[in-house]
Amino acid sequence: MAKKIFNKDTSTFFIVIIAYLAVELLLKTGNLSSLMTGLLVPLCVYVILAISLNITVGILGELSLGHAGFMCVGAFSGAFFSRLVGDSIAFGGLRFFLAILIGALTAAVFGVIIGIPVLRLKGDYLAIVTLAFGEIIKNIMNVLYVGKDVNGIHISFKDTTSLGLDPDTADVIIKGAQGITGTPKDSNFTIGVILVIITLIVTLNLIHSRTGRAIMAIRDNRIAAESIGINITKYKLLAFTISAAFAGVAGVLYAHNLASLTALPKNFGYNMSIMILVFVVLGGMGNIRGSVIAAVVLTLLPELLRGLNEYRMLIYSLVLIAVMLLSWSPAAKTFRERYLGFLTKNRKKEVS
Amino acid sequence: MALLEVTGLGISFGGLRAVDDFNVIIKQGQLYGLIGPNGAGKTTIFNLLTGVYKPTNGKIILDGENITGKKTVDISKAGIARTFQNIRLFTDLTVLDNVKAGLHNEYKYSTLTGIFRLPGYFSNEKAMNEKAMEILKVFDLDNEASLKASNLPYGKQRKLEIARALATNPKLLLLDEPAAGMNPNETAELMETIRFVRDKFNMTILLIEHDMKLVSGICEKLTVLNFGQVLAQGETSEVLKDPKVITAYLGE
Repeated sequence: MAKKIFNKDTSTFFIVIIAYLAVELLLKTGNLSSLMTGLLVPLCVYVILAISLNITVGILGELSLGHAGFMCVGAFSGAFFSRLVGDSIAFGGLRFFLAILIGALTAAVFGVIIGIPVLRLKGDYLAIVTLAFGEIIKNIMNVLYVGKDVNGIHISFKDTTSLGLDPDTADVIIKGAQGITGTPKDSNFTIGVILVIITLIVTLNLIHSRTGRAIMAIRDNRIAAESIGINITKYKLLAFTISAAFAGVAGVLYAHNLASLTALPKNFGYNMSIMILVFVVLGGMGNIRGSVIAAVVLTLLPELLRGLNEYRMLIYSLVLIAVMLLSWSPAAKTFRERYLGFLTKNRKKEVS
Repeated sequence: MALLEVTGLGISFGGLRAVDDFNVIIKQGQLYGLIGPNGAGKTTIFNLLTGVYKPTNGKIILDGENITGKKTVDISKAGIARTFQNIRLFTDLTVLDNVKAGLHNEYKYSTLTGIFRLPGYFSNEKAMNEKAMEILKVFDLDNEASLKASNLPYGKQRKLEIARALATNPKLLLLDEPAAGMNPNETAELMETIRFVRDKFNMTILLIEHDMKLVSGICEKLTVLNFGQVLAQGETSEVLKDPKVITAYLGE
């Protein structure tokens, strides 16, 4: 059995760390445009999202079309917490750490709520329900008003005045469609990369554990998994919840990078969920390293093509199609094995 | 004492009586055959025994424990393991991981232990690897341990399925047409393996099979099923001479 130090998993960490160092070097020497600098944290957000969705789609084998919904839940709960405690936790690192935990936990709770009824069913129900969930969450966030005063926290689904806040100490934290403003900017690229690495460690360790084997066994053959004593519902729910929790983490990171957080179709809508799914599919389902690379490339690509103006999205879609064909078509696979075998040697050796 | 005692087992799907009044007693260490024409209800009986279907009536006692109507997962824990007529492996997992998945309930550590690689992770994984390799060796699959299960040749996939079932440490092993699709050489080898498994693990085996050479070669007792009902039951040599069995199934 292969016990090599440089296998597929460790190479993922190497790629992340080398990319991080390279970017830091560019930042220090001032060679990175402000556009790119602004993209760094979102890049980490997308990588975490892609990895977390891969747990549901690639490892568990269920389709989720509302991953942005879990991200939204995480973003709002995390940002709400940070705004609520504000400067009472002076040390930004600790505040952000707690916000991450709260965001992950809230998203996980929603994962359980969605998962319990739906994961018992077979087929595509999860895709339909998560799709609806994503849209519902986004719309709820647009009419949710939360404020605090001396008496505590007030919640309303109407407007600011119906919160009935004490005028002297009023502080409206979530302002409906205007969202949350003034979230402390606790996140930066380094924190983002640390979170990416934590996500990677947890996900890869999960895959190589008893739990991960059970989850993948269910994916490969439900009936056989049941026949060897694996509790289907439990492990499906577990995988889905972990996946949701990491989407929540990505949301918190996202929220703490913005001055104002609003639930727009652009950031938490259906398109976002599909985009994350594209990362996962393009990177290869169940392939964690692929998700990381796909998320980075596909986030940077539209920006790099910005100079081409209206041809930008056209080229973007052509690249998508080309990558799809080149990486998954049988002819391309044979070609790669024949001429680029040296690149995949590591993987081959692992097998034999 | 009987390891498996089934009395009056029956199931109806709507108006169809798929299995009716099925009785069998299997002793510890016995190699028991279940034969009959296609559609006689053989696999349905396996599905009833493993909790895939809930019986309409009847009682299943395994080693003194009533397992009638229990869930598949609990029946697996109670000690029945099975293979499937159409092979059901975890195709994208390695051969080793297939067997390790079978060890799921024997070596337990929590999800958190797995995620954070706490001490229990390493000791359990090591024990699992050793146990799984030991089982794979029995089936001469140890050299293919790190291959993907779907890349195995057909005959070895059948063997791997038996290996995985054995990994759950069962009291009773159900084999659903283990020799289906095998050539005579592979079948002969399989017969050896089944016998070896029985002797080495002192396993009780109930198998469905159409290959009469295998059935007459290794089964000590037989039950012949026809249209959901027991046609004949008893010692293999006697059952195969039974004129009713010859007309219904074996042919003149």
